[in-house]
Amino acid sequence: MQDFYDIDSQLSEDERAVRDSVRQFVDEQVLPVIGSAYIEGRFPREILPGMAELGVFGANLPEEYGCAGLNNVAYGLINQELERGDSGIRSFASVQSSLVMYPIYAFGTEEQKQHWLPRMARGEAIGCFGLTEPDFGSNPSGMITMAKEQGDGTWRLNGSKMWITNGSTADVAVVWAKTNGDPSDKSIRGFLVPKGAKGFKAKDQKGKLSLRASDTSELSFDDVELPADAILPKSGTLKSPLMCLTQARYGISWGAIGAAMACFEEALAYAQNRIMFDKPIAGFQLQQLKFADMLTEIVKAQLVSLHLGRLKDAGSYTPQQVSLAKRNNVNMATDVARECRRILGANGILAEYSALRHMANLESVYTYEGTDDVHALILGQAVTGISAFK
Amino acid sequence: MANILAYAEARAGELRKTAFEAVTAARQLADASGGGEVHAIVFGPAGVAAKAAQLGKFGADVVIAVEHERYANNDPESMSATIAERAKSGGHRYVVGVASQTGRDIAPRVAAKLGAAFASDVIDAKVNGDALTVRHPGYWGKVIMTLEVTGSPTVLTYRPGAVTASENAKEARAESMAPAADPSASRVVVKETTQGAKGRPDLAEAPIIISGGRGLKEAANFKLVEDLADAFGNAAVGATRAVTDEGWRPHSDQIGQTGRTVSPQLYVAVGISGAIQHIAGMRTSKAIVAINKDKEAPIFKIADYGIVGDVFEVVPALTAAVKAAKNS
Amino acid sequence: MKIAVCIKRAPDSETRFRIAASGTGIDEAGVKFDISDFDSYAVEYALQVTEKGGGEVVVISVGTDASQETLRKALSMGAASGVLLKTDGPVFDSMAVARALADELQGGGYDLVLFGKVAADTAAGAVGAMTAELLGLPCVNSVSKLDLADGRGTARRDLEGAAETVEFPLPAVVSIDEGIARPRYPSLKGIMAAKKKPLESKPAQLGDVRVKIAKMELPADRPPGRIIGEGAAAVPELVRLLQDEAKVL
Repeated sequence: MQDFYDIDSQLSEDERAVRDSVRQFVDEQVLPVIGSAYIEGRFPREILPGMAELGVFGANLPEEYGCAGLNNVAYGLINQELERGDSGIRSFASVQSSLVMYPIYAFGTEEQKQHWLPRMARGEAIGCFGLTEPDFGSNPSGMITMAKEQGDGTWRLNGSKMWITNGSTADVAVVWAKTNGDPSDKSIRGFLVPKGAKGFKAKDQKGKLSLRASDTSELSFDDVELPADAILPKSGTLKSPLMCLTQARYGISWGAIGAAMACFEEALAYAQNRIMFDKPIAGFQLQQLKFADMLTEIVKAQLVSLHLGRLKDAGSYTPQQVSLAKRNNVNMATDVARECRRILGANGILAEYSALRHMANLESVYTYEGTDDVHALILGQAVTGISAFK
Repeated sequence: MANILAYAEARAGELRKTAFEAVTAARQLADASGGGEVHAIVFGPAGVAAKAAQLGKFGADVVIAVEHERYANNDPESMSATIAERAKSGGHRYVVGVASQTGRDIAPRVAAKLGAAFASDVIDAKVNGDALTVRHPGYWGKVIMTLEVTGSPTVLTYRPGAVTASENAKEARAESMAPAADPSASRVVVKETTQGAKGRPDLAEAPIIISGGRGLKEAANFKLVEDLADAFGNAAVGATRAVTDEGWRPHSDQIGQTGRTVSPQLYVAVGISGAIQHIAGMRTSKAIVAINKDKEAPIFKIADYGIVGDVFEVVPALTAAVKAAKNS
Repeated sequence: MKIAVCIKRAPDSETRFRIAASGTGIDEAGVKFDISDFDSYAVEYALQVTEKGGGEVVVISVGTDASQETLRKALSMGAASGVLLKTDGPVFDSMAVARALADELQGGGYDLVLFGKVAADTAAGAVGAMTAELLGLPCVNSVSKLDLADGRGTARRDLEGAAETVEFPLPAVVSIDEGIARPRYPSLKGIMAAKKKPLESKPAQLGDVRVKIAKMELPADRPPGRIIGEGAAAVPELVRLLQDEAKVL
């Protein structure tokens, strides 16, 4: 869509180049297949080699691990473009990058990093992130998954995780568990659980009406034996998985903009061409008001994420600022998608158009990685100084 | 007053349609510059001189035949050297060709050899004092540029079909000329020229083009398009990029901004939605027929005659009706 | 093998053009520019050749400072270095562009000089052949298939309704048609690496410019489309119109 606020002028040449390359990839490789993949309820694996070749996985991690070493604004723009394709595609990349590669990078040993990161960057190994449990979503500190250290330093893992993107296809799961019987969230550590470990099962959750082009799974661990080096040694307390979520939420704030842009662009083209009562429907005041409102909200969201990215690159951002961006932008995108769906009239219910697909996806995005309500409470606590959680 | 050298294209000793266009264009330009002679130069194996004589009917005052056994195929190095040599010795003000694949290959070489000013793919040219004002489509055919070209000589090529070959008979004098450079010494050698689909005119030359898109669903269904082309008799078959990407048709059949640009008298779009890329390649067609099941398809915005319907039903009916009309 | 690829910055093909207030150019506001299509096929082909057989690719462009970004994109695809032959504005004289390129290419030790068969904007398709003439090199235009071995090239060149098989010695100039190679997406690593690659900028030696732009305009619109009917029932009416109105049958 039109760069109404000339935000491009605030991007560096390589940030624009990154954005343009991913945009072209999405236009040519993702958009032609995403509608049918969505209906078939599958992640379009055929685009995976291309995504890896492009280098979107772990793109903001250092080059020594086979990654592109991009700054966070460029990383955000990648998410924006991927979600212009589909939230499921962006989710795949978010999980791989922010929720699997990032914790291995931040909390892993050098051996773990060397073993996993280059392969994950090349898309040869896929990861998933196990934090949420059937009974503990917004309140992860209540988790009951437990790892017990054995006499020989190895670990035994029991519990289950739910709503796990890429769970059934992942070669490795980053699983968060309490340790050694300690029920407090201070005992939470991260573990690398390889696919095929005895007692580790993953099965897809069926019947989704949202994020249909993404695999969502339930993981169960029944006396899974893990070697001593399965633990991410620098992880500790609930803070570690929350750090991962902050990374992912940052990317989501950009991704939502992409979904909104896709819907806006599509609805605008439709409205300019759809003749009703002898003129394009874009010529009617009611539609123009909608476009004016949506344009305004998209521009605001773009500026919020760009500024947040600059703060992140400067090392001075806070998780609360990320909450504001995630909450605002996903809400905005959900509204835009719905409005665009309506502008498209009856055509808007077809998979040939993207608005309803984005709209359904965004309901998941609204809910995952901290629901809209949870982020409201984080912001509430930030301004009032009083926690509403407890 | 300006004498003009026209490059009249021949392939394997047969004059191309573009040869007549080049001579017609040269004649018009000569007349517009106050009269002057048109000298047409033709390359081919022995026997091309006899065929070239008919160029007089289109306004050539002199027909220069350059015969050599190597000219059964193109030989751009010696051909361009010979044209340049002739233009130099003849003091021609303009060298005119048509921007066919061969014309595009030869003309810039001639210009460089002569150190001449150059204009390519023009749709019209006007003499403007010492300068030449040409119009030429660019930017994917979406912008018409007007260029001022100064300097003598000037080499220019016309867009195929921009000039309609028309008779303007002159008493043509026949001349022959030896190649100015030895063809057997050429570094670039055309080993073989293979003819494409036989019996059907090429896209650039066909007055009628029947073109198929993804709406045909599979390669085998192109038979519908071919049958309709056969019914017209003088029609070529084209395709959209989606179709050539799928491998249903060869790349050389692709019409669009990255493929061929055509302007036939009649263009029939079968199962083509009319993506902007495709339209860029055919929007200058004189009459456009579109057959598509989706009445919202953008092709209907530019089609002079649109039929909303199933191509598998409409096209066979049209083929039968065209056959009937031809026979009546 | 050392390959030079001459590339041009051109507007994206999807652009809806507007004419600038000057009347002699397009309004560039909101227009996305990229490597001109056929030039990008040439870049890709050159990269594939050097990745397989060794060597390096140098990209060269004649244009304004804005063309740096275009060259940088080719570097991000994998070219080793770039040269901008700088001009003050767009150049419409193919010979002048060829002179500037020949001046740069001369003595560069290139085994192969590639061009796209035609630039998207000026659409003259002449600079490659002219440059070859100025350099005294063999030249093959509009090549859709190219094999290189033992210092020689074999190319396929499509004509109208026919195709030529052409042989030639290297070094040579070749202009590239569609179908030879699909350009890669610049990888994110490639984009970062491109920042560190050499990109030289110097004035283009255009010489005497004899072709100048006088005017740009949008072509006249076609009359709006007309739907004459539905299904096979509309065929008789179509045939009548083709006979009586369009007079093509």
